[in-house]
Amino acid sequence: MPSAEPPAPPAPLTARRPPRPPARRRGRPAALSPYAFLAPFFTLFAAFGIFPLLYTAYVSLYRAELQTPGELEWRGLGNYTALFTDPFFWTALRNTFTIGVLSTVPQLLMALGLAHLLNYRLRARTFFRTALLLPYATSVAAASLIFAQLFGHDFGLVNRLLDLVGIHPVDWQNGTAASQIAVSSIVVWRWTGYNTLIYLAGMQTIPAELYESAEVDGASRLRQFLHVTLPGLRPTIVFTSIVSTIGATQLFGEPLLFEGSMSGGISHQYQTLGLYMYEQGWGFFHLGRAAAIAWVMFLLIVVLVGANASFSHRRSVRRRTRKEAGR
Amino acid sequence: MSIPRTTPRAMVRLGAVALTGVLLAACGSGSGSGGASSGDAAGGDVTLTVDLFGAFGYQESGLYAEYEQLHPGVKIKQTDTEDEQDYWKSLQTRLAGGGGLADVQAVEVGRIASVAQQQAGKFVDLNQYGAGALKGEFAPAKWSAAATKDGKVLGLGTDVGPEAMCYRRDLFQAAGLPTDRTELAARWATWDGYLELGRQYKEKAPAGSAWLDSVGSLNAVMVGQQKERYYDASGALVYENSPAVKAAWDASVKAAGDGLSAKLDQWSPPWNQAFASGSFATLPCPAWMLGYIKGQAADAGQGKWDVAKLPGGAGNWGGSYLAVPSAAKHKKEAYELIKWLTAPEQQTKVFRKQGNFPSATGSISQIADAKDPYFSDAPIGRIFGDAAEQAPVQVLGLHDKDIADQINNALSEVERKGTAPETAWSNAKKAVKNALG
Repeated sequence: MPSAEPPAPPAPLTARRPPRPPARRRGRPAALSPYAFLAPFFTLFAAFGIFPLLYTAYVSLYRAELQTPGELEWRGLGNYTALFTDPFFWTALRNTFTIGVLSTVPQLLMALGLAHLLNYRLRARTFFRTALLLPYATSVAAASLIFAQLFGHDFGLVNRLLDLVGIHPVDWQNGTAASQIAVSSIVVWRWTGYNTLIYLAGMQTIPAELYESAEVDGASRLRQFLHVTLPGLRPTIVFTSIVSTIGATQLFGEPLLFEGSMSGGISHQYQTLGLYMYEQGWGFFHLGRAAAIAWVMFLLIVVLVGANASFSHRRSVRRRTRKEAGR
Repeated sequence: MSIPRTTPRAMVRLGAVALTGVLLAACGSGSGSGGASSGDAAGGDVTLTVDLFGAFGYQESGLYAEYEQLHPGVKIKQTDTEDEQDYWKSLQTRLAGGGGLADVQAVEVGRIASVAQQQAGKFVDLNQYGAGALKGEFAPAKWSAAATKDGKVLGLGTDVGPEAMCYRRDLFQAAGLPTDRTELAARWATWDGYLELGRQYKEKAPAGSAWLDSVGSLNAVMVGQQKERYYDASGALVYENSPAVKAAWDASVKAAGDGLSAKLDQWSPPWNQAFASGSFATLPCPAWMLGYIKGQAADAGQGKWDVAKLPGGAGNWGGSYLAVPSAAKHKKEAYELIKWLTAPEQQTKVFRKQGNFPSATGSISQIADAKDPYFSDAPIGRIFGDAAEQAPVQVLGLHDKDIADQINNALSEVERKGTAPETAWSNAKKAVKNALG
């Protein structure tokens, strides 16, 4: 709402009509009502968002163990500096990055292509759109368990198919690249449809006249996609890449359930930061260290999202100035 | 946005109602748990909750039904987690929060030092219900592990894990090896003899069948044969230089190098499937493993399995306790239940049904002649009884289970990825350091 005050009552048309009651009495509750509406969210956010965030920061400065919760021992920034020399932390950071790229990039590219196809007039369009959302509606646990079966070494479907075309069985659990690809594939499977629908919604806001005039100019479908669809989708693409970045940084359920181990494989080969935090906190009961990892992840997300936003902002500014210069 | 003029008041009211509802909901949860301990004195109907891991066999042996019949008004509800690691994780979380605990909680022997040294305040001292009188019924080592320095008794022993070697007669026969358990015990009197037989097996083995399920189980059973393993008697961490740990590591690495293992991850679904399909011919088995084999191999394994003496002498792997958390709702009734469940007669029943070897001394003499038809009539009472008698009294440390898990993990690297043993050992040390913090 642009202004909290209700508009002033209209001037009386005739002097005989009694003036309306002063605006103040009616105005006060009206002015408060937006706050009342916002309050539930902010109360919950304070209780379940801000407080845990701050308390996590507090705990991260202590040596805190789940088994002896009463005995906090001051460590200052010790939990944070220890991470610099912690090989498992660096492995987890690297894995988070590689799995993030392996899952986000194909996912968004495929979503873009699928959305483009679905944007045409198709028979049974609603069916396809609903079907795309089905993987997203599946629970992580169910999806990961199925994928773990598919990627099994001896009896997995994937290795059987590879065998048909004469490729040696791949050790999807223990190989570093192989296991990361397997974990990424679960993420890709679950989120591609979701992003497709967001892209599709974005595409439908692009005016049809642009396509018509492009067609009149003789632009092919591919050129239309490159020069009409992509620029029009820019804000949507920025949105999905930010959301996917946050999701990739927090990746947890898929690697945890892939083999059911907190260490992300026998050599930590697909242990993400989220999983490492869980292992420290709830596997080894080092709550202080887990809290420090949680804060590092939080800061990492802030930096990544900030970089993402400023990158896209700068590009769009550059594009605009280039356009204006060309005029 | 246009809002009709009459609504703001109504909307404020609506907002206030919604907000009040949220606040009430937020406050409401705190007040419910206060009267929890009132059940102690009451003589009315009581539902006792029992939270276990693995296979304790109480349900299977019909002990709950029997107890309910003996104690009208008492109902027993059991929950069970297959993997002890998962069980322990959730137990610790609930102990820290003080909620969601069952009246009876099981504790594995690898964790009992942690309970006795760090968490004595979170469990009921069973002496206040007269547990002290039971001391003579248990092996001294089993009893003292669950007692604190100042004399509190935090748990009653259920079973112990005397070790033997389980093997598949049909697979041995197919590979041209002897199938008689006495002859085998003589052939694998030492671990070298066991590995040598393994190499012979590999030459003529049926397709898709390995000698051993995983080198992790070999490592665990060998470490179980030694008195001092990860900690010394003073409580200092010594696993890096422990001869016991080194001997077990070397033998396991050798078995992996010779390709004797089916490379399965214990407690994983592929491992479970392998019991029936015959992917491995031998499985080092503490007594409690017998029930697990029966559960996994089921009818397909009937009469195919057998049990022989363990190579390299007697040992102990595992065994558990039943404890009552301080936050339990029905402490006295819970004590009565665990006292009954761990009494010699009941431990005998569990052994006969499930194979879990009793820790009550009175029970051991009752089962000396026990044979198990599932395991080709192997004299399990004598085999495990001898092992229990000869097994060393182990030094228990705070993080025994965590260290064992990390070393096991490093062995899997050697076994499944072909990592050089030296690299894997240094990985294990890093992982132990990381886990212990």
